[in-house]
Amino acid sequence: MNNFDYLRAGTIKEAVRGIATQPANQFIAGGTNLIDLWKYDLTHPARLIDLNGLDELKTITELPDGGLRLGALVSNNATAYHPIVEERYPLLSRTILAGATAQIRNSATNGGNLLQRTRCYYFYDVASPCNKRVPGSGCPAIEGQNRLHAILGESAQCIATHPSDMAVALAALEAVVQVTGPEGQRSIPIADFHRLPGNTPERDNTLAADELITSIDLPATGYAAHHSYLKLRDRNSYAFALVSVATGLELEDGKITRARIAVGGVAHKPWRKPAAEDALIDKEPSPEAFGAAADILLAGATGYGHNDFKIELARRAIIRNGAMALDPSCQRPGAQPSL
Amino acid sequence: MKKHEEIGKPRRRIEGALKVSGQAKYAAEYQVPDLLYGYIVNATITKGRITHIDETAARTVGGVVDIFHHDHRSDLPKFDMLYKEMDAPPGSAFRPLYDAEVKSNGQPIALVVAETFEAARYAASLLEISYAEEAFDVDLKENLHQAKKPSKGLATLIKPLPPGPRGDFESAYASADARFEGEFLHGSQHHNPLELFATTTVYEGEGKLTIYDKTQGTTNSQVYVSNLFGLRFKDVRVIAPFVGGGFGSGLRPQYQLVLCVMAALELKRNVRVVMDRKQMFTFGHRPETVQRTRFGATADGELTAINHVALAETSRFEDYNEVVVNHANMLYPAGNVTLEYKLVPLDRFTPLDMRAPGGSTGMLAIETTMDQLADQLGIDPLEFRLRNYAERDVSSDKPFSSKELRECYRQGAEQFGWSERKPTSEQGRRGNRLVGHGMSSGMWDVIALPGTATAEFTADGKLIVRSAVTDNGQGTYTVMSQIAAHELGLPLEAVTFEYGDSKLPLSPIQGGSYTTGVIGSAVKASCRALKNELFKLAQIMDGYPLGNALPEDAVFTDGAIVLKEAPHTKIRLTDIIAFNKGKAVTASKSNIPNVFKLKQYTRASHSASFVEVEVDEQLGIINVTRAVTVVAAGRIMNPQTARSQILGGMVWGISMALREETLLDPRLGKYINTSLGEYHLPVHADIHDLEVIFVEEHDTIINELGAKGIGEIGMISMAPAIVNAVYNATGKLVKVFPIKVGDLL
Repeated sequence: MNNFDYLRAGTIKEAVRGIATQPANQFIAGGTNLIDLWKYDLTHPARLIDLNGLDELKTITELPDGGLRLGALVSNNATAYHPIVEERYPLLSRTILAGATAQIRNSATNGGNLLQRTRCYYFYDVASPCNKRVPGSGCPAIEGQNRLHAILGESAQCIATHPSDMAVALAALEAVVQVTGPEGQRSIPIADFHRLPGNTPERDNTLAADELITSIDLPATGYAAHHSYLKLRDRNSYAFALVSVATGLELEDGKITRARIAVGGVAHKPWRKPAAEDALIDKEPSPEAFGAAADILLAGATGYGHNDFKIELARRAIIRNGAMALDPSCQRPGAQPSL
Repeated sequence: MKKHEEIGKPRRRIEGALKVSGQAKYAAEYQVPDLLYGYIVNATITKGRITHIDETAARTVGGVVDIFHHDHRSDLPKFDMLYKEMDAPPGSAFRPLYDAEVKSNGQPIALVVAETFEAARYAASLLEISYAEEAFDVDLKENLHQAKKPSKGLATLIKPLPPGPRGDFESAYASADARFEGEFLHGSQHHNPLELFATTTVYEGEGKLTIYDKTQGTTNSQVYVSNLFGLRFKDVRVIAPFVGGGFGSGLRPQYQLVLCVMAALELKRNVRVVMDRKQMFTFGHRPETVQRTRFGATADGELTAINHVALAETSRFEDYNEVVVNHANMLYPAGNVTLEYKLVPLDRFTPLDMRAPGGSTGMLAIETTMDQLADQLGIDPLEFRLRNYAERDVSSDKPFSSKELRECYRQGAEQFGWSERKPTSEQGRRGNRLVGHGMSSGMWDVIALPGTATAEFTADGKLIVRSAVTDNGQGTYTVMSQIAAHELGLPLEAVTFEYGDSKLPLSPIQGGSYTTGVIGSAVKASCRALKNELFKLAQIMDGYPLGNALPEDAVFTDGAIVLKEAPHTKIRLTDIIAFNKGKAVTASKSNIPNVFKLKQYTRASHSASFVEVEVDEQLGIINVTRAVTVVAAGRIMNPQTARSQILGGMVWGISMALREETLLDPRLGKYINTSLGEYHLPVHADIHDLEVIFVEEHDTIINELGAKGIGEIGMISMAPAIVNAVYNATGKLVKVFPIKVGDLL
């Protein structure tokens, strides 16, 4: 952990200007991942730009189109327990609460959640090769310990997964990430925010180095009546998802009129395919219907040995979560399988 | 006449309030003036030599004082003998910073010492180390053909190698009506006590040191450090009053102790060295072990043939051994038995005793195999065990000193509701979840060792008892105080137990479940000797108040000697001290095991666990919904701390069956999930309804107290009971542990 300079940003402009002066500068908000990475010697910020003074990013406000704006600096827990989120976006609330621990969620912010790095064992070991950490050094996970790793959208350079739970729900909710850079403000749909590794696995997302997330905007549709988040992991709490599924449904006369399914723990980003969701339209919810959607969603999935089980597990989880979404009231806390 | 019956009374830990309020100080928390901080640098190769260490960049960091490594270190002895300590297995112990050779990935190779921890850590990251790498092999399964018999030594005396064959296994197995053959595997596990290994060394001048060390043996650390650095025993004092969990990891002095003391002696300064969590994965661990069982039984459920083979990893430089295969024939009196225990040397660090070492490994294979046979025979698993109940240990042809396993089965089955268990073919279910019931026996050998304690009665009416023994958190402090209070008939508050300090009377390292038996018996013996001294003084007090009474005519109660026949004759102990001109009376006693008597018996604690699991039928997620563990371990000193210890053991069992594993990358030669985020210990959400029952045994053979110890036994029967319950629920037998999400799809 190197010596560093520190700047407490007073305005968004000041923060963005501060980050641009040197490539090794980094923002810090909750610090729940950054400090770990730093202690493991994986990152060496020359200057920390502390965002915690930016009060304008600490609010949750209703948008004119019926949506909701989640300030980038609102903590994960404050978001999950916000009355409007609980009432209109319970899928997001449950998803956030399935992640990390209460202590971490109290410190972690919404913006930071999207920017957390993969939990790949090799990425975290500075003495191991890793294309994400040191481009061109190799990927030991492909033929090594890859239980946590991707079955979809991976590349010959990287089979890491994105570890966020929250991002999976945001993908299902079709959130929009608002960012500010030196050129001003732009909007990035969540589906385009995280990226696949391809030949540049060092890049987790499409945010430019000098851009700051200011908010995550939720559209009006929240699937409050029919939703579920199912998280399957190696222990019942405080573990990253092996497979997770966020499902939101709208039903009319017992038939699905709108469906969103995003899968976590299987790719470098939350995995969604509109074709899989379209296949559910006008269908009655059933294991067969969700199974057919799962087949589309998971088409082309590849196992690497230790993670082979994820292909079948993801399919079954999608089916189960479809059933769980029909009756949110029966869901057990901590995104445990219910029914 | 009311006697203080302290033994057997539920008592909270005396030091509990200090611990939960943050006042208990651990090795890294002693504030001493002008402290330097050391940060350890670990090898990033698995095997080879260090060719160069470039300190240039590291030395530019402000506050760096010195950098120690093999080219810049204290004189260290050449002879292996001087590196031996109480838990050293046969072989040549690892020597920190001794030479350029790297024997395992993560081996400590340098210590950066600076005025602040932050400067030391930063400078450590800037050391540029060049290596000449050599080919290595860390893969157990690929090297089973290299298995060899373990070398014999002190370790094999305490943890005996398997006995020779009995009967004719092959023909008995071939003619058995029911046979099961299985191969079982569990990976390495690392102890990961909450407290990180740490040492704070206070340089007292001229080769004198006071050392606050995380250890399970203050005397062990003292002797080790003295031998390594050529110091006099009396100049080295090791203190460890609070230990934040050990589980065996502190049975051997760890390398931060050597590095810290070296820096203190060379720099003549106070120094602290603390490991980080990743470094906690760079030394001893439960060895990865492959086991093969072949058991055979007759149609009416008599177990006739046992073959149990274990092949375990060890390092290239030491033969770590544990008792894995001996227990099957101690539990079940089959007549045709072959047992085999072998080691496979690999380029990994030497394994180390980890809670229920060997016993928990072996029982996982033995008791899973037993259930498979019961299933084949269509006999209830508990009934199958009862039909093969050992009234006598046929493996060594000895009686048990005491054995209430049958009563453990009975009480456990009743409390659990075992009679409601369905055969595996008739799956029980709740909604989407399959319900399974499983049980297992457990066994742990009682180890007898010498230990010493002193007892002192002071003018102000206090009893002070002393021993160098540590308290790893399980309640030793409280239990020793209770034993002393009980013996002298004093209230608990009148007793002070001084412990965790190498200047105190000699104690073995705290492990193997033997501390209560060994040190508790020494405490009892020293208190009895103290009573004799007090009685003798009372006999000659003015007016000869005891008359012709003999010690057996008197009881010690309420701070006085009282004659049984004349209860109104009370001689206050403080009056005896006053008669002694205010001088405290002291007695010292060693507990020397009567080996001749002990050798005539098989001495073991037993347990039975009964477990219910729910398994999600489609998703394969397993939850241990309830469990009952019944323990027969002699006399229980303190049911409250004992219950906690067994609960902790049950959680470890859940962990062994379903959670815990250090993942190895054989191509990189190292463990790879080296954080508590990815090394999965159970969390609260994994633990449901756990119940503990004790069956008291009156054992007059094992030691003065009749206490067998409970550190390991709570864990041993849990993991196999879970595996058997999962089989009962699903009809699937998983033989690679832990059972993971995905294994039951």
